Order: sequence, then structure tokens, then C-alpha cells
Amino acid sequence: MVTSERHPPIAASRFTIAQAQVRNSALFVLSVLAIYALQPSIPIRYMDFWFPTASLGLAVVVWAATATGQRLFDRAFAMDGLALVGMVIAVAATRYLDPLSSLITRSPAPDVSAVLIALVAIAGLMVLASRLVGPRPAWTTALVIGLIALLILLKYEPLTQGFASALRAWQGQSVAAASALDVRWLGFSYIFFRLASALRDRAAGRLPGMLLHEFVTYVVFAPALIAGPIDRPDRFLRDLRAPFRFNLADATEGARRIATGAFKKFVVADLIAVFALNEVNAGQAHGAPWMWLLVYAYAFRLYFDFGGYTDIAIGIARSFGIKLPENFNRPYLKPNLTQFWNSWHMSLAQWFRAYYFNPLTRALRTREWAMPIIIFVGQATTMLLIGLWHGITWNFAIWGLWHGLGLFAHNRWAEFARARLAIPPERRRLQQAVDAAGALVTFHFVALGWVWFALPDVALSLEVFGKLFGL
Amino acid sequence: MTTDRRFVWRVVAKVLVLFIALNLAFALANFPANGGLAALGRLSLYNVLWPGRARLPYGDDPARAYNLSLYSLEAMFASHELSRAAKPAGEFRVLLIGDSSTWGWLLRNEDTLAGRINAMNLPTEDGRTVRAYNLGYPIMSLTKDVLLLSHAMRYQPDLIAWLVTLESFPADKQLDHPIVRHNAPTVRALIADYQLRADLNDPSFVNPSFLDGTLVGQRRALADWLRLQAYGALWGATGIDQHYPDAYEPAQRDLEADASFKGMAPPLLPSEALAFDVLDAGIRIAAEAGVPMLIVNEPILISQGRNSHIRYNFFYPRWAYDQYRELMRRHLHPTTVPDGVYYLDAWDLVPQHEFTNSAVHLTPQGSRILADELAARIHLIAGGRATTAQQTASRTLKRKAYNHGWFTHER
Repeated sequence: MVTSERHPPIAASRFTIAQAQVRNSALFVLSVLAIYALQPSIPIRYMDFWFPTASLGLAVVVWAATATGQRLFDRAFAMDGLALVGMVIAVAATRYLDPLSSLITRSPAPDVSAVLIALVAIAGLMVLASRLVGPRPAWTTALVIGLIALLILLKYEPLTQGFASALRAWQGQSVAAASALDVRWLGFSYIFFRLASALRDRAAGRLPGMLLHEFVTYVVFAPALIAGPIDRPDRFLRDLRAPFRFNLADATEGARRIATGAFKKFVVADLIAVFALNEVNAGQAHGAPWMWLLVYAYAFRLYFDFGGYTDIAIGIARSFGIKLPENFNRPYLKPNLTQFWNSWHMSLAQWFRAYYFNPLTRALRTREWAMPIIIFVGQATTMLLIGLWHGITWNFAIWGLWHGLGLFAHNRWAEFARARLAIPPERRRLQQAVDAAGALVTFHFVALGWVWFALPDVALSLEVFGKLFGL
Repeated sequence: MTTDRRFVWRVVAKVLVLFIALNLAFALANFPANGGLAALGRLSLYNVLWPGRARLPYGDDPARAYNLSLYSLEAMFASHELSRAAKPAGEFRVLLIGDSSTWGWLLRNEDTLAGRINAMNLPTEDGRTVRAYNLGYPIMSLTKDVLLLSHAMRYQPDLIAWLVTLESFPADKQLDHPIVRHNAPTVRALIADYQLRADLNDPSFVNPSFLDGTLVGQRRALADWLRLQAYGALWGATGIDQHYPDAYEPAQRDLEADASFKGMAPPLLPSEALAFDVLDAGIRIAAEAGVPMLIVNEPILISQGRNSHIRYNFFYPRWAYDQYRELMRRHLHPTTVPDGVYYLDAWDLVPQHEFTNSAVHLTPQGSRILADELAARIHLIAGGRATTAQQTASRTLKRKAYNHGWFTHER
């Protein structure tokens, strides 16, 4: 197998630096255009243009808020800003290219004058952010809270429905027809993480200075926009600024990952999805064995679907010399829940560990709480938040707590077993048997957890549990 | 050339060779690509991991029906419960052939004709039990029926019950259906073997080339086959194989004042316009195997709404349908058909309120009425061993049978 490890680091030369600049410009342009092109169609007029524009606007404002200490409005900014504005206006101008008015966006973009007004407003916010937020930590916190509020608006159905009504009223459309499904803001869940990372890293003094095009590329990086992985700004920037030369090893590895991912997603996952548990078949299936089959199918469908997307994202990025973090590492073979969460949606778990769990447990330690209580509070609330990030519903909350309690139980068990049930290194067979049994138990714990995750309400989930156990 | 570059070229070359070899092997195994997947179609998870389907796969909305339409007869039959195992010794096997009415549109499996007949556990004189298999398919074409029948004969039927209606007869519409067009080699063989009037070179036939038989050429058929296997899990888990809407538009009772039928105007329905040659082919297929056949003119909705003096229903003007019945009566007269062919004209058997969304689709109760009639005939053909209660019922049924145009033609 060809891997880049066989290659020495690419030496910096005028040639490789120039190639990196060309590559970075291409990634910037492609990522900006991709958020418009990938944005799904929305029944509210012009929103398939405004949501991507809002993503770019947020990126620009947060960039300005986190760029304190740099010379903000310099030549590089002028170039990047002009390019960005030019692209947005160019996308908007496609409305005049009938019949190609939906060339990039799903429906014709709004009038260019409205777009210009929006761009001026974003510019104003950017200036305000650079003046207000940067020097004042309280404003950084306020901006993070604002992002969290926006996330809640998009994840809590009653609020989302209200938001859809407001947008419909703004566009002069029927408010009665408003639905939470109207507000499908492509990639915001992941954009949120990247923006929040930048703000928190800036507050902690860890955020490296980034040019506008670098930051925008990081936030809306096309391969990872829909399903991650969630990269950290400093790591992403390291790749972006490293000398780059198109090389066969990266291209081959990228192609292998893309092919593997496409097979996982479009063949395996889509086929299993046919009989995976969902809210319709959950009520229709009869008999415990069939119900178990649907639950197993859901577990594997989710893994192959998400894992496939991740492979494709990593593969595409790799072809451009960007090494996105891995997201999965054989999670269903792990012997305990802690290891499962170290190998399932790893970038999400790492994000929460870095920005929530670690600061929280550090803070709790200062209060001299008992360690088990600190661990319990940390794990339960972390997993609860991970659950709620998927959507603010009872089922996602229960799913989060299910894992939080599972992690805590495993933590306590491991603590207990370490002293009393340690297996000597020479008894490898026994260790293997214990690991296999652990993997089986862990997989079933996770698979049963997916029942909460897959279904929309508690009653239906309990009905499924009843069928699974013949109750 | 660097090592890496050589490595990549080697990989590309190997991939190409493997791709070509696999495609050729697949094409050789499948040629002629009759409906797709001739060889692979026989492989099925049904009757192994999943229970066999109670009716042939058909579905326009797979995600809700847990069922889908495909062209491979091999795959379709392999998914059917008929392919479960060798025929049990104690089984009197009845294959029901027909359109959506036989298939059971909007009906649960237990309410279809086959489901109703099986629920009766009819005994035969020699101690066997009647077991009906639903081989209906929601397409109105006698050629489609004969295509399925020719394939089904390998399953050792003891009786074929073939339910037909005028809508399946127009000669010029026989090949207008995807399943017929995509099984061109078999249909052509039927045309040739039974001297059917259809054109062997009809342009609607899909003529697969050798390349169409490759993996690439068969990608749609392959995907359908895979999805059919996957939907089997939901069929097994739920017993659902069609989408049952909460509400449907009832069949029209108030009709247009239009007396035409398929471009034909009264007063004469020429017998040449109807595919009696295809009907005869079906009869011959059964007769050649020594299997009796019960042909049933299936019940239709007899409307009492506006313009019902002109039309019976949306499908049929009265003049055309009446002449069709007369043509059928003459064509299937005991003196003209081979031994072992029976005819039941059940056109007015089911009251109009027992139809659902079309002039031939029955409610569960309508299906029960027809199933009772069919069961009586099957019972007679099979030499039924009846209890006293069944004998009384049978006598009643026999009387009713004559009223509905029952011809016996003893061997």
C-alpha cells in the first residue's frame, strides 16, 4: 500500500509554496461555491441563498472577532474580502442568467440589491465584532452564547417552526404552511463547532492568526461540511500552510478512501437502510427476532452511512493534501463503552472533551467534590449535550443520558475490577475472551441506545423495547 | 518511472482486467439477459432467511410497500413461497393466475383469493389438502399471464385457476407492459411455439445485447435484485407487501356517456381484436402438462349510477362487455376446449358495494364471495371429500355454479 509515510515531508520551495497558494485559493473558491450548490432546496423563497450567505457572514464576523492583534484590514484582507464578495454577488447574479438561474443555487437567488444590502450589513457586523468582541472576553462569551442560541433555534422543533413562520412572513409566504422542515440550514451543526472552537481558542490564546480566506475555508470546508469530521483550527491551518506538491501517494490514498466510503455509503448503508429501524416499521414489526434484526440493521446502517461519508470527506481532503482527523476506528469491536466513545464520531467526542468535559471537571475539582460525583456530572452532562446537539427532543436527551450513565457505570466497574479482577498478562486467551464478551455486551448496549436515537418519541421507543424483550 | 507510479499503474491494470473478467463472466452466465439476472435471480434470501412472499413482487412505492417491481422472473419466483421446498405429498397445488384483482390490490394476504381458499383447508378425495398460491400480477395482459404460467408450470401444479377480464384481452395491448417487453426471449418463444398473432419483431421488445448482460448493463436489474432481498426482511418482520392508504378514491359509479371501448364503437366487438390466441396458448400449456385449468371471467363492478345504461363501469361499455362474455362462452364451450378445461363466468357475482378503487378490485368481503365460488369448483375438480355441512354447501354451490355459467367437461 502506498502511504504518505513513505515520503519525507515536502520541502519548502518557491514551487511547493506556490502550489500550496493555488491549492488554497481553489479550496476557498470551491468551498464557498459548494455551500450554495449543496444547500438543499427550501420552500421559503430565497432561503437556499440566504442560509449559505449567513454561514459565510458568521464566518466573517467570527474571523473579525478572533483576529485581534493582527492587522485586520490589510492588503490580504482586501484581496480575500473582494474575492468573497465577488463570489457571493456572482452567485446572486445567476438569477439573471435564465434559463441557468439555478446554476448554483436550487432556486433563483434574490435581487442583487438585496444581496448588496446584506453584504453591507455583514461588513458592519464585522467591523463591530473586531472593535467590540476581540478585546473583551465577555463579548466573546456573548458571541458563543449567540451561536448556541442559534443552534437551539435550529434544533428545537417548536422554535424552528416559529423561525420558519417568521421567515415565511418576511418573504410574504403563507405562515400557515410553516414547518420545521423548512429550515434546513446546510452544515450549520458543524459550522457551529468550528466557530465555537475558534472563539474558545481565541479566548484561551491558542488560536493562530488566520487570513480571511483560510478561516472561511476552515469553517465551510466543503468535504467536511455535511457530516464532519470536526477539525481544529490550528491543525487545519498547519496543513493549509504546509508546502504542497500534488503527489501520487496522497491522490492514491484519497481515491482509496473515496472508493471505500462510496461503497460503504451507497452500497452497504443504503441497502441495510431498507430494513433498518424507523418510526414506521417500529410499529409494524412483530416478534422479538424480527425487531432485533431491525435494530441491528439500524446500528450497522448508521455506522456504514456515517463512516462512508467520513471516508469520502477524508479522501477528498487528502487528495488536496489536507489530513482531516479520523472519525471512526472499528467502534463496534471495542470491549467497553469508554473505548467505543474513543472510536465513534471521534472528532465530536474530542471536541466535547476539549471544550466542555475537561474545563467542567477542572472547575468541579476546585470545589473539592468527590471524584465519582465529578465523573458522573461530567460524563452525564457531556453525553446529554451530545444527545441534544442532534436535536432537542426527549429521545435524544435519553439517548445521551443512556450513554452518560453507561460511561459512568463502566468507569466505576473498571475502577473496581482494576484492583480485584486484573488478568495477568500471560493469560492472553482469557483476556481475549473477556474482550470479546465485552465487545458483545458493549455493542448491544449501543444498539439498544440507538432505539432512542432512531425513533421520534418515548412511547414508541418503549413499545420497541417491549417487543425486543417479548414483553 | 518511480516505484509509486509503477505501483499505481499495476493497480489500475489489475482493476481493469478484473473488471472486464467479472463483466464477461456475468454476461456469459446471464445470456440471453431475459428480464435480467437469469442465473443470479435464482439465488434468494427468501425461503432461507426470510419467509417466501405470498404474492409476486410488485410495488411502485418500495419504501412504504416493502415490495418492488422487477423484470426477472427467476428472482420474482425465487422470492415466492412457491419456491420454498419440493411440493409436499399431501398438497393439492392450485396456482392462481390473473391481474391485480387476483394479486389482491388493497387486500391483506389473508383476504386475497389464495388466502381465503387456504383458510378453508379444503380436503380432496385422495386425502390431500388444497393449497392455493397467488401468482396474480397487477398488469392486465393475457400475454403476461401466459408468460407467468409458462414459468410456473415447473412448480408441479395440480390445477391452474386463471382469472381473466376483458381489459386483459385487447390484442394490440398485449405487449405494452414492461415485464412483457423485458422478457422478450421468453415471450418470443411463446409467440413462436403457440403461433400467436403478436409480431416477433415488435419494436416494443427490449432486445438485450451481449453487453447488456454484463454487470454494467445489468446494474439496474442487479440493484433491484439486491433491494428485493433487503425488503424481504421487512416483509418477514411486518407481513406487509403493499402500501395500504388510509383512504382511496372509490371506483367510479357515475360514468361518462361514452360507448367506445379501446377505440372501438358499437355495435360489433370483433373477436380478432381480442387475444383469444393467447388464451388458447395458456390452455395448451396446461393441457400439455396434463394439468386441469379453471378459467374464470372475474367479477366486475356493475354500476347503478349515472349513464350505467351505457356502461357497466369505467372500463366497460355494456355492448362490448356483453359481446365479450358471449365470445368467451362460445370459445370455451365444452365441445371446443381440451379435456380438463373448466369455465366459470363470475362477472356479476359480487355486489357493486364490494369493489374498492377499480371495477375489478374487491373488498375483503367481495374476495370472500369469489373465493367461496372458486373453492366450490376447486373442490369439485379435485374430487373433494366433504363433511355433511360441506356437502350441503356444495350442493348449494353447484346450483349457483350453473347459474354462473359453470361448464363441466369431464375427462
